[in-house]
Amino acid sequence: MSDARETAFVEFERVQKSYDGETLVVKDLNLSIAKGEFLTMLGPSGSGKTTCLMMLAGFETATHGEIRLKGREINNIPPHRRGIGMVFQNYALFPHMTVAENLSFPLEVRKVGKSEREERIKRTLGMVQMQDFGGRRPAQLSGGQQQRIALARALVFEPELVLMDEPLGALDKQLRETLQFEITNLAHELGITTVYVTHDQTEALTMSDRVAVFDDGRIQQLAPPDELYERPDNSFVAQFIGENNTLAGQLTQMGDHRCLVKLDDGATIDAVPVNVSKPGERTLVSIRPERVEIDPELGPDAHTLDAEVLEFIYMGDVFRTRLRVAGRDDFIVKTRNRVGQKRLTPGQHVKIGWLPEDCRALNG
Amino acid sequence: MKLKSLMLMSGAAIVAMPALAQEMADEMTIVSWGGAYQNSQLKAYVEPYQAMHPELKVTWDESSAEAVAGMRAQSEANNITWDLVDATAADSMRLCDEGLAMEVDHDELLAPAPDGTPASEDFGEEMLISDCFIPQIAYSYTFGYRTDVDAWDGRTPDEICDVFNLEEFPGKRSLEKRPHNNMEWALICDGVAMEDVYDTLETEEGQDRALAKLDTIKDQTVWWTSGADTPQLLADGEVVMGSSYNGRLFSVIEEQDQPVAMLWDAQSYDLDGWVIPEGLDEPTLNRVKDFLYFATDTQRLADQAAWISYGPARKSSAPLVGKHAELGIEMAPHMPTNPDNASNAFVQNYEWWADYRDDLDSKFQAWLAQ
Amino acid sequence: MTDATQGPDAKTGVTPDTGLRIVEEELAGPVLAADGTPLRRSLNKALRRQKLRALALIAPLLIFVLVTFIAPIADMLFRSVENQIVSETLPRTVVALRDWDGEGTPDEEVFRDLARDLVIAAELKNHTRLGSRLNYETTGASSLLRKTGRGVDDIGEELTDQFIALNPAWEEPATWIALMADEGWIADQAEWAAEKEAAQGPFTTREPAFRLRDGVAEMLPRTADIYADFARLIQTEDRDSPTEEEPWNIVYQALWEDLTLGPVTLPEDEPLLAEAAVAAPTFDALSVTDAFVDMDRDWADPELWGTIKAFSGKYTAGYFLAAADFQLTADGIAAQPEDRQIYGLLFGRTMFMSLTIMVSCILLGYPIAFLLANLPMRTANILLILVLLPFWTSLLVRTSAWKVLLQQQGVINDILVWTGIVSNAGRLALINNQTGTIIAMTHILLPFMILPLYSVMKTIPPSYVRAAKSLGATNFTAFRRVYFPQSVPGIGAGCILVFILSIGYYITPELVGGTTGTFISNRIAYHISSSLNWGLAAALGTILLVVVLVLYYLYDRIVGIDNVSLS
Repeated sequence: MSDARETAFVEFERVQKSYDGETLVVKDLNLSIAKGEFLTMLGPSGSGKTTCLMMLAGFETATHGEIRLKGREINNIPPHRRGIGMVFQNYALFPHMTVAENLSFPLEVRKVGKSEREERIKRTLGMVQMQDFGGRRPAQLSGGQQQRIALARALVFEPELVLMDEPLGALDKQLRETLQFEITNLAHELGITTVYVTHDQTEALTMSDRVAVFDDGRIQQLAPPDELYERPDNSFVAQFIGENNTLAGQLTQMGDHRCLVKLDDGATIDAVPVNVSKPGERTLVSIRPERVEIDPELGPDAHTLDAEVLEFIYMGDVFRTRLRVAGRDDFIVKTRNRVGQKRLTPGQHVKIGWLPEDCRALNG
Repeated sequence: MKLKSLMLMSGAAIVAMPALAQEMADEMTIVSWGGAYQNSQLKAYVEPYQAMHPELKVTWDESSAEAVAGMRAQSEANNITWDLVDATAADSMRLCDEGLAMEVDHDELLAPAPDGTPASEDFGEEMLISDCFIPQIAYSYTFGYRTDVDAWDGRTPDEICDVFNLEEFPGKRSLEKRPHNNMEWALICDGVAMEDVYDTLETEEGQDRALAKLDTIKDQTVWWTSGADTPQLLADGEVVMGSSYNGRLFSVIEEQDQPVAMLWDAQSYDLDGWVIPEGLDEPTLNRVKDFLYFATDTQRLADQAAWISYGPARKSSAPLVGKHAELGIEMAPHMPTNPDNASNAFVQNYEWWADYRDDLDSKFQAWLAQ
Repeated sequence: MTDATQGPDAKTGVTPDTGLRIVEEELAGPVLAADGTPLRRSLNKALRRQKLRALALIAPLLIFVLVTFIAPIADMLFRSVENQIVSETLPRTVVALRDWDGEGTPDEEVFRDLARDLVIAAELKNHTRLGSRLNYETTGASSLLRKTGRGVDDIGEELTDQFIALNPAWEEPATWIALMADEGWIADQAEWAAEKEAAQGPFTTREPAFRLRDGVAEMLPRTADIYADFARLIQTEDRDSPTEEEPWNIVYQALWEDLTLGPVTLPEDEPLLAEAAVAAPTFDALSVTDAFVDMDRDWADPELWGTIKAFSGKYTAGYFLAAADFQLTADGIAAQPEDRQIYGLLFGRTMFMSLTIMVSCILLGYPIAFLLANLPMRTANILLILVLLPFWTSLLVRTSAWKVLLQQQGVINDILVWTGIVSNAGRLALINNQTGTIIAMTHILLPFMILPLYSVMKTIPPSYVRAAKSLGATNFTAFRRVYFPQSVPGIGAGCILVFILSIGYYITPELVGGTTGTFISNRIAYHISSSLNWGLAAALGTILLVVVLVLYYLYDRIVGIDNVSLS
């Protein structure tokens, strides 16, 4: 998505939002979304992601800055004229209307003729595999079914942009996974641009073309899921996305692609410098649990650390081992359950190590 | 023992009270009309009586307007909660006829006049209209009118038929939401002689004639149900004239000093007094009788007139009527029985009303609702 | 995904609701509980115990409601058809009237029965109540019976005199006792009298109840009948003894009738009776009919007799007919005379005004409720207190305040005159008419509209309107198609509350409604407390109740009562 900026479909430029005139909930937001892109806004609650979505939908007005849709500023266009489809957190299906009437509503207000309405409703219900449910009321549907209808209603008037505000939050895990898959497929099939808000990182990683990680009113990192996971820009992103081990230390030596970090207990390790600049700085070193090897057979220049096994958990496909490393008790190592994999016992002393490129020195 | 009973006997002789040795209830529920009238009863009868009998607790119930309904309901429920009821003459007759009120021997129950005249003679035939009725006061229904109505060009109403004269005396009137008096006044102003009023009213045609006369002012009339309504409406200027009890009008004219004057012409006399509900238990009945003996004696009835301008029912009380207890004005000229006021008075036929109340009520109420 | 029960996200599993059904479905082959009893039976047992416990918990309230609420209402409703008073007060007359054809004045026999009935009624003071009852149907009956009650005991007086003149023994109570009383009773009575004589201090034992002699009822049927009543009343009402009281005139009248009218077979050993039987036909007897007509000429009026006959049953539809502006006559159902047709008018007016009040409440209450539901909680609570404020002031105070505001010399008119909107002479009549009632009651009932509306609106998530807007609806369309339909249950609840409350209201209309702004409930109150026509009040109340239930039913059919939300 490197060409996002050239073909920007949705643009936020220096957008700020304050409710009370004292604090900013959205601070200086700049974001470009390409046509057909599936972008997820991920962040803890209160991070400003939903506010951004609401500003895009037109239910909140930006205090400062510009929001553009297809190059046109939409700050002062009321929501009903923006032509954006939206799926709400609790679906917001009109309880007094049947499924078909719910779907018919956006077409009626657009003065679509009756036969075409019926045709489109049928087609859209088919897309979400709910063609037999047109006569039911929302209350007669299960949560997943309601979710499908909400999606269908947001799609039935063929919007180019669809916003989804934590649409799967109320569903159980299995159903959620099915629907994640269906939604992304549908979005890509129809070529719709989607902005998706969630606080569930798995959802964000599995569905999105790009993920914008929000915290404290800012985008901390905007990147495709793999990059986000493997190359977090800062310790917040590293912590927020997936499981992560951090070790605190001081930068001692700085190279182009390598640096040396002296941990607080005196050991020295190699790391990739991400947002550190000069020796002497405090830094947090981040290593994913599945990239750590126990008793590694690495090159002589690789650094290893001593560790003591505190806990060993059998989790089926993986083993999860908690170690004491460099004075910390919460160092996790995940190993695959494969033939011959060692099972450690608490109290055992081992050596651990990793490839230097898996270890990232982040801001302290 | 002997000495004690002797003392008791002499005590009884001093305050001249019968039935002293009997057991008497400590509580009594008196039903009255509320307002200034009830206050006059409180000041003249109840407070002095309670001063002598501090153990007595009196509860007031302002339900006299519904005396018949209330006593009938209590009798049907077989649960008499009223001990002494203040009622109009006609209501007393109905209650007596229906066996809801107790028949009494006036000479036995009530104190003689100070000069020894028996109670029945002191009250007189015209007051003792029923065996159940223990008279207290004579009052009258009169009209009050505002003295500052511009549209009247300085004229003031001086006869009853001015009430029906909308041309000379435009403005709203207030009349009682019951047929009595209204029907009589309407007939009088329709040309029926006072003495023929009830004969006329007995016939269907007479009733229609009265209602037809009332029809002429129906849309200019505010109908009152409580004695306090007309004085209030007059004071507010909502009506320019209206009927009420003369005591209520006295209070708005003299006590509140409003620009209102009294039209005594064709004032309609009525009586008001006590009835004792049938079926009281023995101690309560003793208490009620003891209270009545005191409350209806010559002095007490005269005392009441110091609080409200109603005439005492005893002949012997009349000379004792003095000044208003608070204003200090002479009460006699404000009494309905004063010769100046009574020159063209109309005597309501309570007996006739006791008989015809049901008949005329249903007709009158239907007329009102239409 | 084509079938709700098979899709990946279908509701599955046993819930408490489906559990029972599953049990029933499987009963073809009975499922057994752990202890071997059929599962359904042990489940029912467990449920029954639960139900019993629940019943025991609500029992005090249930009994309270039954005793203090349901029972009085049932009693009141019963009064709307109950009509024992005519047949109980005039038992003989009612029987005699069965053969009357409704034409002209009934014959002498009916009047004779009437005389006997009324003497007893007057003695019991029941005749005035009968008069009031008949007066509801025929104006004039009340005064008629009051007058008659005063004169009825003179009927037969001339015969009393002639019997005594014939033989002074007829004056003696003992003569009558010997003739009428059972010998056993005479002995009992003598014993009782002796005890009373001997007793020191108060003697509380009552005289033995009078018993008629065997055979006397066949020999002298009328005399025995009335004498038995006489003796009974003397004993119960006057606390006296028939051995010491001379019979009433009507007893002599009855004796004369027995001796002259029927073939009498007198026993050998009654010389007194034999003598009377010979002399009686020569007596100078007055017509009982004439005696009644002399007391009041209305007794000759067939209409009155028609009323008595029409209302002689123990139960009557008369009150309901009266409530619908009809009357029951001897010839069947007829319309009321025009000057008494008021109930149709009043019911119509009640409905019209209640609907007007309801609509005013919606118009005024909806925006307020909407505002409340959309304000932040704290501000909404303060405003809510303002809405509830009227609840905390007495109804009378509020109504009186409206009087002060609305009257012609009142605040509103003063302001209108001052601002020049109306002239001083053209002050508006805002009170003592329908306008006054509508204004004051709209104010009083407004909270009953606002509260249900508010509670319903608060539960409508803002996301619905947002969804509608995001789907392309303008503000107005979003409101009309999405918000408003969801607030309808609140409107429904408010309407039911306001409407039902207002058709039953009577204090406010009484105070500010004058004569044109009153409701049917004012009429009910009038009949309860003033005219004392409780039967008609009950009939009107029943009709009102039925109207409310019918409206409720219609509402349920149209809107659905499940859609009503009160909280």
